[in-house]
Amino acid sequence: MAENVLHIENVTMQFGGVVAVNNLNLDVNQGEIVALIGPNGAGKTTAFNCVTGVYEPTNGKIDFLGETIVENFPHGKMKKLYAGENMGMYSNVVSHTPDVITYKGIARTFQNIRLFSKLSVFENVLIAKHMRAKQNFFSAALHLNRAEEKRMREEAMALLEEQGLDKYKDDVAGSLPYGLQRRLEIARALATDPKLLLLDEPAAGMNPQETQELAVFISEIRDKHNLSIFLVEHHMDLVMNISDRIYVLDFGKLIAQGVPAEIQSDVRVIDAYLGVSEDE
Amino acid sequence: MGNKKRDLILSLILAAVVTALLVYVDKEQHYSMLASVIQKASIYALLAVSLNLLNGFTGLFSLGQAGFMMLGAYTYAILTIPLEQHASVYQYFNGGIVNICLPAFVGVFAAGVVAVIFAWLVGKPCLKLKSDYLAIATLGFAEILRAIIQWEVLGPVTNASNILKKFPKFDSILTPVIVCAFCIFLIVLLINSSYGRAFKAIREDEIAAEAMGINLAKTKMQAFLTSAFFAGVGGALLAMFQASVQARSFTSAMTYEILLIVVIGGIGSVTGSIIGSFLYIASSEWWLRFLDDSQTYLGVNIPFMRGGFRMVVFSVVIMLIVLFYRQGIMGTKEFSWQGIIDFFKKPFAKRKRKAVEDNG
Repeated sequence: MAENVLHIENVTMQFGGVVAVNNLNLDVNQGEIVALIGPNGAGKTTAFNCVTGVYEPTNGKIDFLGETIVENFPHGKMKKLYAGENMGMYSNVVSHTPDVITYKGIARTFQNIRLFSKLSVFENVLIAKHMRAKQNFFSAALHLNRAEEKRMREEAMALLEEQGLDKYKDDVAGSLPYGLQRRLEIARALATDPKLLLLDEPAAGMNPQETQELAVFISEIRDKHNLSIFLVEHHMDLVMNISDRIYVLDFGKLIAQGVPAEIQSDVRVIDAYLGVSEDE
Repeated sequence: MGNKKRDLILSLILAAVVTALLVYVDKEQHYSMLASVIQKASIYALLAVSLNLLNGFTGLFSLGQAGFMMLGAYTYAILTIPLEQHASVYQYFNGGIVNICLPAFVGVFAAGVVAVIFAWLVGKPCLKLKSDYLAIATLGFAEILRAIIQWEVLGPVTNASNILKKFPKFDSILTPVIVCAFCIFLIVLLINSSYGRAFKAIREDEIAAEAMGINLAKTKMQAFLTSAFFAGVGGALLAMFQASVQARSFTSAMTYEILLIVVIGGIGSVTGSIIGSFLYIASSEWWLRFLDDSQTYLGVNIPFMRGGFRMVVFSVVIMLIVLFYRQGIMGTKEFSWQGIIDFFKKPFAKRKRKAVEDNG
């Protein structure tokens, strides 16, 4: 059996009285591409933000490679307000800021591209190398860490070459065409040496051809970097093409899960999502 | 590679010319306007670069510069006043209670360290704030600190609202230039290091920077402390230049002055800050001075040329800069010989092309 990478257990995220994600259970195993789909506002990105430490879920637990990275239970103000399930199941609070989560090996991209748009393509990738460097503030500031700096630059350059971005090395990131910006964002995420890559709508705003290229690209980087990939997506073609398993979310609740063929024929999914989405 | 060699040679020539000029000014015109502009402008260049490190490179809008400068200036003054002068300086406080006198360079370093300690105390709660709120909090800190330093109870240490003087001054105009150049060099090294890139990442997009594993709180604090350190050192140097320290002079107007230099030079450009500082100080202290005196041209006495008119012209110049050079002199670019050469080549290249077009 494949090793479990990400294990989301009974995660509920409630904002005030609104339950955005209700009792989500989800697993990503080593080497898998898992997709989370659902109509607009279903809570997909919220689920993402719980994993990456942007939000603290109201209830539930998330394990990464066997280590609990997030755990919470309704307390304080939420104790009275809580409308989800599994009250009282958890009693610990484990919470990390996003940078710690990234350090543990979960890298992400964003739905609306968030590159360092005024910096060069090379700098964008190089910045992601900062986290793993062993230098301290003074040795770096006085440039005493030349060997490490050189290694960081070489690794960043290698990544750019691998993604075919090396000829744009010195261009300002914001000036790249949209498709390449997406690619650069993925390259930047890979530069943090992740074990799990979270892609938030990687095909948003892409034409069918670009989407197809992206599908090939995602499978490629999974194999090359020995990754597991967890993605949120709208494009059905992409999801059905590359995912090993799919989870479907509607109004914060998981309504189906399975391999692409099962999902395509699932009546609840068609009702909730597919039928509507084709016309959007 | 040819370009590198050319740049090195040009830089060496420039350095030699500047050094020769400085030595000449130091020897021949020690008390001239030029000498005082050079000293004050290099100190302001350091202060502007240290503020730029925060505002321009890390994207933290801080207005506490005058506060950190004041801490630096006071620390330096208190620690370096010769013991035999204590009685006359602290005449209202029985000679004060600080009975040490350290060498000047230790005093300057201590000035930076004290500024860092206070910056840490202020930064701990304030750095969580964003944009304008941080500016208000740091501005408030500087103002409060100015009031506290003038407090009677602290008199034996800070001499309350009385002036501190008789501490060591510069013996040559080269001293402030060299110290400031060295400090700016250190800041440039930092900006070009991995941490400098992390600062820029925070400026560009905090959320993305955090997702790339950059610890926001820690990295912002590092930038804040570094900036405070050099503001403290700059404050100490300013004290040496002015030969006296008084809390009353470290107003928020001083911070705005430095902020203005940063804006004129270009937010996010070190060389811009340096050029901006020399232009600003030279015009405010020297070139525009004549506007304050009544002048007679062709037998006509110009009525509005009188004391204070300088500031009117100065404000107009600054308004024009802000309106038409919103990026400042340098934008976010840095000085490079290639840039200078291209700048002078461009009009020629255009003319050449035009000539070719006309002929063809």
